[in-house]
Amino acid sequence: MASNTDISERQRIAARRLRVVAGHLQKCVQGEGAGVSAQACKTETPRSSPAKATSVPKRRQDIMKWNGWGYSDSRFLFNKKGQGEFTGKRYRLSGMILPSLKDWFEATFGTSLQHKTPATPTLNVSAVPPPNLVEPFVEELKVAGVAASHDPEGRVFRSHGHCLHEIFALREGRIGRVPDLVVWPNCHNDVVKIVELACKYNVCLMPYGGGTSVSSALECPLEETRSVVSLDTSQMNRILWIDEKNLTVHVEAGIIGQDLERQLNESGYCTGHEPDSMEFSSLGGWVATRASGMKKNIYGNIEDLVVHIKMVTPRGVIEKSCQGPRMSTGPDIHHFIMGSEGTLGVVTEVTMKIRPLPEYQKYGSIVFPNFQQGVSCLREVARQRCAPASIRLMDNEQFQFGHALKPQVSSIFTSFLDGLKKFYITKFKGFEPHHLCVATLLFEGDREKVLQHEKQVYDIAAKFGGLAAGEDNGQRGYMLTFVIAYLRDLGMDYYVIGESFETSVPWDRVLDLCRNVKERIVRECKERGVQFPPFSTCRVTQTYDAGACVYFYFAFNYRGLADPLHVYERVEHEAREEILANGGSLSHHHGVGKLRKEWMREAVSTVGLGMLQSVKEYVDPNNIFGNRNLL
Amino acid sequence: MASVLYSPRDPGLKKRDELEDMLEERRRSSDARHALRCYAPAVYKGLAPREVSALRGAVLQSDALQHVIGQVSAECGERRELVQEEAAHLLDEMAHRLRLGTVRFFAYVLSKVFKTLFRSVRVNEEGVQRLQQAIQDHPVVLLPSHRSYMDFLMMSYILYTYDLALPVIAAGMDFMSMKVVGEMLRMSGAFFIRRSFGGDKLYWAVFSEYVKTMLRTGYAPIEFFLEGTRSRTGKSLTPKTGLLNIVMEPFFKGEVFDIHLVPVSISYDRILEESLYARELLGVPKPKETTSGLLKARQILREDYGVMHVYFGHPVSVRSLAQGRVKRSQYNLVPRHIPQRPCLAAQALVGEAAFRLVRLQEQAMVLRPWTLVATLLLQNPDGMDLPVLEEQAAWLRRLALSFGAFLDWPDCKPCREVVGAGLALHKNLARVSGGRVRLAVAETPGVGQTAEELAFDRAVGVLSCASYRNQILHVFIRPALLSVALRTANSSRKDEVYTCFNFLWTVFSNEFILCPGASVQDFEEACYLLGKCCAVQESQQDIVMSEGGHATLAFLRALLDPFLQGYQVVCQYLCKETEENLRENKFVPAARNFALQLILAGVLTLCYEALSSDLQKNALAALVQLEAVTKVKVGDQVTLKVNRRAASSLEDMLGTF
Repeated sequence: MASNTDISERQRIAARRLRVVAGHLQKCVQGEGAGVSAQACKTETPRSSPAKATSVPKRRQDIMKWNGWGYSDSRFLFNKKGQGEFTGKRYRLSGMILPSLKDWFEATFGTSLQHKTPATPTLNVSAVPPPNLVEPFVEELKVAGVAASHDPEGRVFRSHGHCLHEIFALREGRIGRVPDLVVWPNCHNDVVKIVELACKYNVCLMPYGGGTSVSSALECPLEETRSVVSLDTSQMNRILWIDEKNLTVHVEAGIIGQDLERQLNESGYCTGHEPDSMEFSSLGGWVATRASGMKKNIYGNIEDLVVHIKMVTPRGVIEKSCQGPRMSTGPDIHHFIMGSEGTLGVVTEVTMKIRPLPEYQKYGSIVFPNFQQGVSCLREVARQRCAPASIRLMDNEQFQFGHALKPQVSSIFTSFLDGLKKFYITKFKGFEPHHLCVATLLFEGDREKVLQHEKQVYDIAAKFGGLAAGEDNGQRGYMLTFVIAYLRDLGMDYYVIGESFETSVPWDRVLDLCRNVKERIVRECKERGVQFPPFSTCRVTQTYDAGACVYFYFAFNYRGLADPLHVYERVEHEAREEILANGGSLSHHHGVGKLRKEWMREAVSTVGLGMLQSVKEYVDPNNIFGNRNLL
Repeated sequence: MASVLYSPRDPGLKKRDELEDMLEERRRSSDARHALRCYAPAVYKGLAPREVSALRGAVLQSDALQHVIGQVSAECGERRELVQEEAAHLLDEMAHRLRLGTVRFFAYVLSKVFKTLFRSVRVNEEGVQRLQQAIQDHPVVLLPSHRSYMDFLMMSYILYTYDLALPVIAAGMDFMSMKVVGEMLRMSGAFFIRRSFGGDKLYWAVFSEYVKTMLRTGYAPIEFFLEGTRSRTGKSLTPKTGLLNIVMEPFFKGEVFDIHLVPVSISYDRILEESLYARELLGVPKPKETTSGLLKARQILREDYGVMHVYFGHPVSVRSLAQGRVKRSQYNLVPRHIPQRPCLAAQALVGEAAFRLVRLQEQAMVLRPWTLVATLLLQNPDGMDLPVLEEQAAWLRRLALSFGAFLDWPDCKPCREVVGAGLALHKNLARVSGGRVRLAVAETPGVGQTAEELAFDRAVGVLSCASYRNQILHVFIRPALLSVALRTANSSRKDEVYTCFNFLWTVFSNEFILCPGASVQDFEEACYLLGKCCAVQESQQDIVMSEGGHATLAFLRALLDPFLQGYQVVCQYLCKETEENLRENKFVPAARNFALQLILAGVLTLCYEALSSDLQKNALAALVQLEAVTKVKVGDQVTLKVNRRAASSLEDMLGTF
């Protein structure tokens, strides 16, 4: 037994040491400004805030936009001089001037800053339909002590995700079907109570986590005649316990990504799950959509991270009886839950794997002469299974896009250096500026190993004509991830609408799929009367043994179109058809929602769909969880 | 020299581009300078430059070929290296070796040759511009019609002249035997394929991968002949789909965004191989292509071949052809380098596309007035008075134009002049004496000529002439089938007429370009056209000849006469043939002999076309299709089993028309 205590003693010491290291790292970030932590790219919540502080209040509209992405204080704009600017204090880019943004924006979209399409400034509360409430249900909720509200602003806020058409409608002040009531359970038992009552009174429940859905999953079905209740999980956000022996954490599913990571970091741990939406998306949402994180190469996707799930369904609570790391007990019931998109119940608590915080992080970037070489390199990295925590390959358009977001350089020397770099790559190395593309990298782990790993990856890249292009370029690439959604709002101020979508595809089809989908978008836009060629770009964002995840951005200038949304939707539809025709999947991590439902049968076969339907029928025969996603 | 080839007043006609003489410039400036000028064509935007020089390696190392090499080596127990070597050998035998120097040499020589042969070579420059754009946007497949060896020389020559990317051309292996010329052609972009390689897996793999690699990389436009071989009859041949299948596959498999198929219609005032073809059809074997043979053909240079027309059609996008027809995701579950039999939908699409493209070729084929004159002369074997001929030709011109023919017969020119010019150019085929025009066929046997030889002599004249009439048949074929059906049908009820029409349509589906499954559309088109020229009147239920429609219908019926008769002869032959196991390769000579005997006996008069092997083969194909004949494969011999009852009832049926 002595040895046992020894071990736990040692672990305690180790954990403390890690915490110290982590503390140093964080200080570095704040001290240097140009630090190396991935956190630097995301919002920097004040460190002084107590661990229990929630970053999502019940009244989300107090800190977040009601008709756009993210925090109210952070937005892109063109100032009076016509320079791009990012407001607020939360991001590294905040408060910076972006001198090349305007030129890029105008040249890419053929827009002019003269032609504005401002959004409706405030929500017109009178346009919100009155709530359809089931009084006894509301009464019994009150008795059970569950917070609830039918405040119109709150209901509108929970009536949408972030699909283009949803935001576009809000900017125009159009309000569709909204939930009739919002409830805020505080814990698992509250959820059990709510679901019971919903069954009793035949009320439709729609779970709401971070609200970052891009699959129309949060839209209230138009055909729904019952009272619709949005179940906001944001107040179920506690870490219930950390198990250092097994390296697991047990968390309430309403916690949002950045809070989970920050709180774990304080104990010297992390989950390593960092989807691009992690500032706002919730653990329950990740589980319900089969989310994928940027650093999945080290930590895995959500299905690899989850050890135990508790979900409340109309039939009762579903969970496994133990936390064994792997089981052979028939089909894994977790896989009925993961990806169920809120159609079966509410995920209330999750046990996840955790890892000690990495000692060292390093960004990097590689320039390739063309996209093809870049893809070959990523394929080789995947073949050798030496992918860094994150490796992403942007195409030329996206590379130029990234450049447009370069902040004003502080000294002549830096700009001179930039010029020199450019000269070296384009003239000396003969890279064609309109073909070259960039891979961004993030390494994590022991310092020693990171450096070794870095060398290995750069050596592979060299075989494909890749040149190391510095940490700064790499870091800027990841920053783009977090601000891109804000940029869409800027575009929408100037007749530009756009969206991102993703797929996964076998390695041998990556190039063909990227080319064909981009071309299809250009073609469809032209055929549908879009006046200026669209911005159609992609990046390879994840590598797997047998394929890759590809992410597309697509945006166009809609001046002169009678029904831009319709055009947009048709083009997106055709792009998805093209993806499927080229061997891509229906979705890698965004999910199906209602947006991609029409392809489900094709995607999983009629029998497959029937299986899912029969699960739904058993678990929720009265369609209490009636968001009508997926099936 | 631009000429308007359509009358814009008639809304029924398609808008067609104007044609310019491309030789004009050559007559004015130095050919040597033309050959040596800077040649920098626009290329495919997605062209990966490094792959151009590495084409051979790319093909030999391709996953697809490696896969088949592995299979073949496992099947025949040979070492992989040996099979690989064989593949390399096959590729070298096949591959083109495009050299700009050779191209320049050809540009020089052909400038000289073409200027001697042709008065002008007229090209639609708008089509050339469309092609230039298409080449930059997508991999392009050029699909010219095939009437003469001149076709592909001319194609490359035109593309060079207009500074377009030179095509690589699929050519038959027979050229290879011409040592020097074969190599020259190779260096000007031809690649050589064996005529038949059905069972040879390795050959097929090398060949298809070679073509697909060039296509995928946008290396160069691929050119081949849908008809597979030169048409000896002037009619378009039923398209072969093998190569079309290969070039469309990269689209189905998502390896390219789209592929553009460009039909090209090449027509000649006079075909160089005119009488050669007639002899071939009559069973005089085709001379083996040899270099010395080609040199002997020098005398050809002394003759006048009139005007040549080349019309580049609108590019046809494979993507839009396949839209909603072929589910490309069916290729998702098997690695793309593993050969996969295309699904039925894809097969059907390719087949249909092939027919559609050949029809596009037909429709854009420039028709010269002589084709009308030849048609009339064939229908009047006893000759016609010149004024009557002129009058009839003018009448036929109006009919052809109202059917949408691309007829090069300007409004302004008097009929006499136009007919006269045609007669002058074809003086070897038609003779004018004493104000009467008739086919230039021998009346009485020459010294020491047997009756048989005389019959063949006449047949050569008739078939040569028919090759011009055949050029215009595609304009008339549908109304002609309807005219015959109208006379034969029991009543004027549309459904009965259609039944007759459909029967004829099926019988002649190998003879003419009739798209499979389109008999209803064809029927409707025929009704529309005959209604338009006031030959018939249509009501809800019925279709009847109108009062003034007699001449038109009679003319159209007469067009089909030789074919109806010819098919009957073939049926008769098959009924009378006593040999139980008739070998397929004996069929044509035997049928020809049978027809010859009928002609000599005077039973069959004026039907020299029954001697044509083309007609006989087409008739056989129709009989096989109608199950009157079955092909049985015994060993490597194919024998024909005749169902006499069916054949004779078919003959009776044809007799009623």
